[in-house]
Amino acid sequence: MGDVLVFAEHTHGHFPKTTLIAIQAGREMAAKRGGVCCAVVLGASCDGPAAEIARYGVNKVFALEDPRLEHHLADASAQALAGLIKGTGAETLLATATAMGKDLMPRVAARLNAPMASDIVAINDDGTVIRPMYAGNVLATVELDGPVRIVTVRGTAFDAATAGNEAAAIEKVKPELDPASLKMEFVNFNEIKSDRPQLTEARIVVSGGRGLKSGENFKTVLEPLVDELGAAMGASRAAVDAGFVPNDLQVGQTGKVVAPQLYVAVGISGAIQHLAGMKDSKTIVAINKDEEAPIFSVADFGLVADLFKAVPEMTEEVRKLKH
Amino acid sequence: MKILVPVKRVPDPATTIRVAPDGAGIATDNVKWVINPFDEIAIEEALRIKEKQGQGEVVLIAVGQQSWQEQLRTGLAMGADRAILVRSDAPLDPLAIARVIAKVAENEKPELIIIGKQAIDDDSNQVGQMIAEMLGWPQATFASKIELNGDRCSVVREVDGGLATVAFPLPAVVTTDLRLNEPRYASLPGIMKARKKPLNEIAVDSLGVDLTPKLKIKVLKTPEKRQAGRKLGSVQELVAALHNEAKVI
Ligand SMILES: Cc1cc2nc3c(=O)[nH]c(=O)nc-3n(C[C@H](O)[C@H](O)[C@H](O)COP(=O)(O)OP(=O)(O)OC[C@H]3O[C@@H](n4cnc5c(N)ncnc54)[C@H](O)[C@@H]3O)c2cc1C
Ligand SMILES: Nc1ncnc2c1ncn2[C@@H]1O[C@H](COP(=O)(O)O)[C@@H](O)[C@H]1O
Repeated sequence: MGDVLVFAEHTHGHFPKTTLIAIQAGREMAAKRGGVCCAVVLGASCDGPAAEIARYGVNKVFALEDPRLEHHLADASAQALAGLIKGTGAETLLATATAMGKDLMPRVAARLNAPMASDIVAINDDGTVIRPMYAGNVLATVELDGPVRIVTVRGTAFDAATAGNEAAAIEKVKPELDPASLKMEFVNFNEIKSDRPQLTEARIVVSGGRGLKSGENFKTVLEPLVDELGAAMGASRAAVDAGFVPNDLQVGQTGKVVAPQLYVAVGISGAIQHLAGMKDSKTIVAINKDEEAPIFSVADFGLVADLFKAVPEMTEEVRKLKH
Repeated sequence: MKILVPVKRVPDPATTIRVAPDGAGIATDNVKWVINPFDEIAIEEALRIKEKQGQGEVVLIAVGQQSWQEQLRTGLAMGADRAILVRSDAPLDPLAIARVIAKVAENEKPELIIIGKQAIDDDSNQVGQMIAEMLGWPQATFASKIELNGDRCSVVREVDGGLATVAFPLPAVVTTDLRLNEPRYASLPGIMKARKKPLNEIAVDSLGVDLTPKLKIKVLKTPEKRQAGRKLGSVQELVAALHNEAKVI
């Protein structure tokens, strides 16, 4: 009754914060639905990750192991997960709305003929959930009908689960995969390596927009501030489209949603699609030379200035603070 | 190659959206309606594939009301060959929409469905993946590059932490991300020609698929607005405020 299964996404056996957030949301969902919360890991072999996630306050960990699950491919993963849901009788399958969660969960939903609510920000006591629509201009209360339901949660809306001393039992399950229907093939993953914190994990995020004018300026003007603050770097769509920075730095309605302690928007106008991805940050700073820029309407602290002068100055001031 | 492109009618992304007083929907006065931006990208990509191959057909499909003809005509004016409007006056949930499009795809037998990753009104990001599963086809979400080679397709996907490439045989579903292309505008001759292109209407009930809504919107609310703070006179003041007042650095 009311059991929850959390899809515990891992990369190279490591769990990003987004997964721990899913676990926390899963536990909250299970508590409200009168069930227990279990986790599921997928992979060619899952001993390491299964043992790790077992310490995060779940009832049990299912390890779906198969060589065909070595790389995430939506067709195989969806079959494996749907099979497990049927086997365990769980009511809710839950994941965080990461790229992988978004790719996979609707496919499982279709396979199970189950309704899905994307990117939820709250779970109500009556089983309904709340999710933003229209770039966050609207909050909808939605009901999911049926014996099985799928949700993805917004990473900023729940805390991350913390590890305890006890470890849950691990059950290995051989997924049933129909070879004839598996047509997808992994070719490669071109990873963007960075020594900075992840956008979705950082305490401070500094984002640059079109106002930076070039990728070179991101490096010479913005990055010193990013690093002085120990921050993650983000960007507006305009900066990504112009090729200044890689796509996975895009913050917004159609990029990543972040809510750090401090968000610094530099040379970003504050279009609604950008605000959708950062307006729940605790403290927002905007640096823009246009005093009418909409970003100032959400900023706690605004600075009307030329960024090429203000950002190096700010880097210097922050450096002074530390000494 | 025959390519099917789903098209949704959504409010222009530049419109300010307000919840209607009864909380059942949004206030639609003063809303300008457009093709969902990700679907424009999908149409553009389909047209480029057709142009490159020198043959093929680009078929648009919308599941909605009479008024959605407007967006289908715009898509035809961009260069699509014909359009299908599956008339449904009641709003449907993503599962039902996917089922309708999958059903039409079974009849039309396209080799490729190119579809937006996300509708900018409901922000669901579900329909493409659901269609792929219903048809038992491979999928590539968040595409920033599509390469076709005979009956095989390879797609570069924008994912967390980098770019992932997947490959598979056709038929398949590909969902578009922002960097796939820059959609063209409909030209004046394109608009003239579009008037004569076929736009077939079929009633959603005639397809015999389950339309029962399982995802129900109970009520819409306006989120609390964040209050603007204050403007500071200098970088020194800003850093001092962050350090002493907000205590975030
Ligand atoms: C379907 C769709 C999805 C979208 N998704 C997203 C999304 O996820 N994320 C996102 O960010 N956007 C998104 N957008 C785009 C969004 O509408 C805006 O176009 C974009 O956010 C603008 O980026 P920007 O603020 O960097 O550029 P601009 O709007 O051009 O703003 C640049 C700012 O820099 C300031 N500036 C210039 N020079 C200086 C200087 N020397 N010093 C100080 N300030 C300076 C200017 O005053 C201006 O305010 C989306 C749009 C659509 C249609
Ligand atoms: N009613 C509809 N008619 C046609 N296509 C639709 C409809 N609803 C959604 N889609 C398509 O599905 C994509 C993803 O939408 P969604 O899953 O709702 O975010 C959109 O970009 C559209 O191409």
